[in-house]
Amino acid sequence: MSEEKKIKLKRLESSKVLGKFMADYYYELDNAAKTGEKKIAWCTSVGPAEILRAMGFLVYFPETHSAMLGSSRMATELIPKANAVGYSPDICSYLTADIGAYLEKVSPLAKIFEGIQGPPKPDVLVFNTNQCRDVQDWFNFYGEEYDVPVVGVHSYVGIQEVEASHVKSIAAQMEALIPPLERIVGNTFDMDRLKETVALSRECSDLWKQVLDTAAAVPSPITFFDGTTLMGAAVVGRGTQRANDCYRTLLAELNQRIADKEGAVEDEQFRIYWDGMPVWGRLSAHAKLFASLKTNVLASTYCNSWIFSALDPDDPFNSMARAYTELFIVRADTPKEAYIKEMLKFFKVDGIIYHDAKTCPNNSNCRYGMPQRIERQSGIPSLTINGDLNDLRLISDEQTKTNVEAFIEQLAENK
Amino acid sequence: MPTVKETISQNLYPPCFAGADVGASRTKVAVIDADGYMLGYCVDRSGTDFTATADRCLTEALAMADIEKDRIARTISTGYGRKNVSYAHDYRTEISCHGKGCFHYFPFAITIIDIGGQDNKIIKLDENGKRTSFKMNRKCAAGTGAFLEEMSPRLDIPLTEMNGLAAASTDMVKLGSFCTVFSATEVLENIRRGKRVEDIVKGLFFSVISRIKEMDAFTEKVVMTGGVVAHNPYLVEMTQELINRPILVPELPQFTGALGAALIARETFGN
Repeated sequence: MSEEKKIKLKRLESSKVLGKFMADYYYELDNAAKTGEKKIAWCTSVGPAEILRAMGFLVYFPETHSAMLGSSRMATELIPKANAVGYSPDICSYLTADIGAYLEKVSPLAKIFEGIQGPPKPDVLVFNTNQCRDVQDWFNFYGEEYDVPVVGVHSYVGIQEVEASHVKSIAAQMEALIPPLERIVGNTFDMDRLKETVALSRECSDLWKQVLDTAAAVPSPITFFDGTTLMGAAVVGRGTQRANDCYRTLLAELNQRIADKEGAVEDEQFRIYWDGMPVWGRLSAHAKLFASLKTNVLASTYCNSWIFSALDPDDPFNSMARAYTELFIVRADTPKEAYIKEMLKFFKVDGIIYHDAKTCPNNSNCRYGMPQRIERQSGIPSLTINGDLNDLRLISDEQTKTNVEAFIEQLAENK
Repeated sequence: MPTVKETISQNLYPPCFAGADVGASRTKVAVIDADGYMLGYCVDRSGTDFTATADRCLTEALAMADIEKDRIARTISTGYGRKNVSYAHDYRTEISCHGKGCFHYFPFAITIIDIGGQDNKIIKLDENGKRTSFKMNRKCAAGTGAFLEEMSPRLDIPLTEMNGLAAASTDMVKLGSFCTVFSATEVLENIRRGKRVEDIVKGLFFSVISRIKEMDAFTEKVVMTGGVVAHNPYLVEMTQELINRPILVPELPQFTGALGAALIARETFGN
C-alpha cells in the first residue's frame, strides 16, 4: 500500500484536430497583430462575438488565456503581481493572473506556439457583464494600458425568467455597439453577414451540445476534464465553419465510442456532475483521481455554458440578447436548480460535486443552500470542495483527495 | 497472499486484524480479535517518516496484545498517510473508518464530531450505520488540534495543561476571530490587558466548538472523538452545554479511526 497506482488517461484522437484549430487561431491573431491586416477585438467569453466576427474583427478571448495560465500553473506566481498594483487576491483569479502576466510580460502562448510572444494587441475591448462585473474591470485595465476603447453590454443578474423587456434592453445595447465598432474596424455593418455568423454560431452550439450529450451514454465516452479543453473551439471559434467541422469529427469519434461501449474511464462505476469552475492547475490530477476511483465526472454546468440554443439567424440581435441572457450564470437559484435537476436525470448521475472557487463567487453555486435543496429534492448526494480556478494557494490537494475518496466510498456503500 | 507461516498461524489461532490511522499529527494503530475486541493499541507522533512510525506503532500494539505479527490476517490503513503503510492490504478514508469505529460502540443513528490534529469532521450515520453525509472543515486550521497547538506556546503553557486551566475558568474570554492567526493576535491582546490564562484557554475551547457548530446541524445523538477530545474532557462538557444535548464519547476516542479500520479489515477479510 505504499505505492499509489499509476493511472493512464484515455485520449480522444480528435483532440489533435481541435489542437490544430487552436494553433491556427492563435497564429492568425498573432499575424494580424504584427501586420495590422485585420483589426482585433478582445471579447469576454460569453460576449457578443458574432457581431465582432461579422464586422470583420478577429476576436481574442482573454479568459482562454487565463485558463491557460491556470492549466500551465503559471497563474499562482503571477497573481501577486496584480495584487501589488491594487487588484485584490479575493477577486477573480482569471483577472489577476492575466494582469499579472501582462505586467511580467509572460504568456503560455509563447511557450506553446513558436514565434508568438503573447496576446495580440487589441483595437477595441468588448465585454458583457452577464458573467460578472470583474470582466469590465479587467477590460478597463487594458483599455487604459493600450489606450483603446472599451465598450460593452451591461447585463442583468439573478433573472427568474428571461422576459421580453430583458431581451429588448440587451438587444438595444448590442445594436448600440455597431457605430463605434464601425469606426474602429472601418467597415459598414452588414446584416446579412451577421445572419450568416449567427447561423454558424448556432450550428456550433448545436454540435457542442450533441458532443456533451454523448455523456448520457453508459459508459460515458467523454469526461468533464476532456470537455474543458475540447470546448476551446466553441469559445473562440463560434461563428466559423472550421469550429463546426472540428466538432463533427469529435462527435463521430464519440459516437463510435458509444457504439463500441468504450467508456472514457475504465470500468465506470459512478457518474458525477460537476458544478462550478474547473481547477485549471489540477485538471490532469483530478482526472486521474476520479479515474482511479472508477468514477467519471461526465457532465457540468461549466461546459454547458457555451450552448446558445436561442440563437436564430432570422432575428440576430434579439436572439443573441436572449441566448446571452438565458445562460445559467445569469439566472436566479430557482431556474438554476431546475436546470441542474434536469441534468442529473438526463446524465443518470450518482452524485454532484460543487466547486466552491474562492475567487469566483458568481460561478460557485453552493453558497446559498443550493446543494442541500437539490439533495433534498432529488435524493442525489453532493460534496462541496473548496478550491479555486487559478490560485493554487487556495487549494489543499490532500483535503480534496480525502473528500472525493470519502464521497465515492459513500456512494459505493449506498449503491 | 499470506505466507506459509501466516497460514499455519492463522489456522492454529483465530485471526486478528489491524487498523493503522496515520493522521497529520499522530499515528494510531489498533489490533482487534475476530470478535472486534481491542487487544492492543499505540499512538505516536506521525513525524516525517509515516511508514516507519506506522511500523513502530504496530510493533508496540502487537506487544500490548501479546501476539505475533503473523496473527494479523488483514490490515486497513487510513488517515492522511494511508498510502504510506507498508503492511496494509487496502485503505479507506478516515471518514469511513471513524464512522465504522463509532457505530461499533453506538449502533444507532448518530452525528460524529471528530476533532483531529489538522481537520475536523462531521459524519452522519443512519440507524444501520450507513453514512448519509459528511463534512470536513475548510482549509483553515481554526477549530482543529493545530489551533490549540499553535496557541499553547503563545500562552507559554503545555498542551496537557489546557484542560485543567479551562475547567478552572471563572470569566471566559470570547475570541471573535475566525482565523488562527487573528485569534493569536486577540490572545496577545487579552494577555496585555491582564486577562487570566484560565479564562483565555476556555475562550480557545469555545472557539474550537464554535467552528464545529458552524459546519453542520446535529442530530439527536452526538458522539465526539479524536485526540483533542481524548485529552480535553472539559471541551466535551462545554460542547454538551453549547449544543444542549448529551454527548457520547467512546472508550479511547483517539483510536476510533484505527479501530474502524481494523473492523473494516475484519469485514473484508476473505473477500
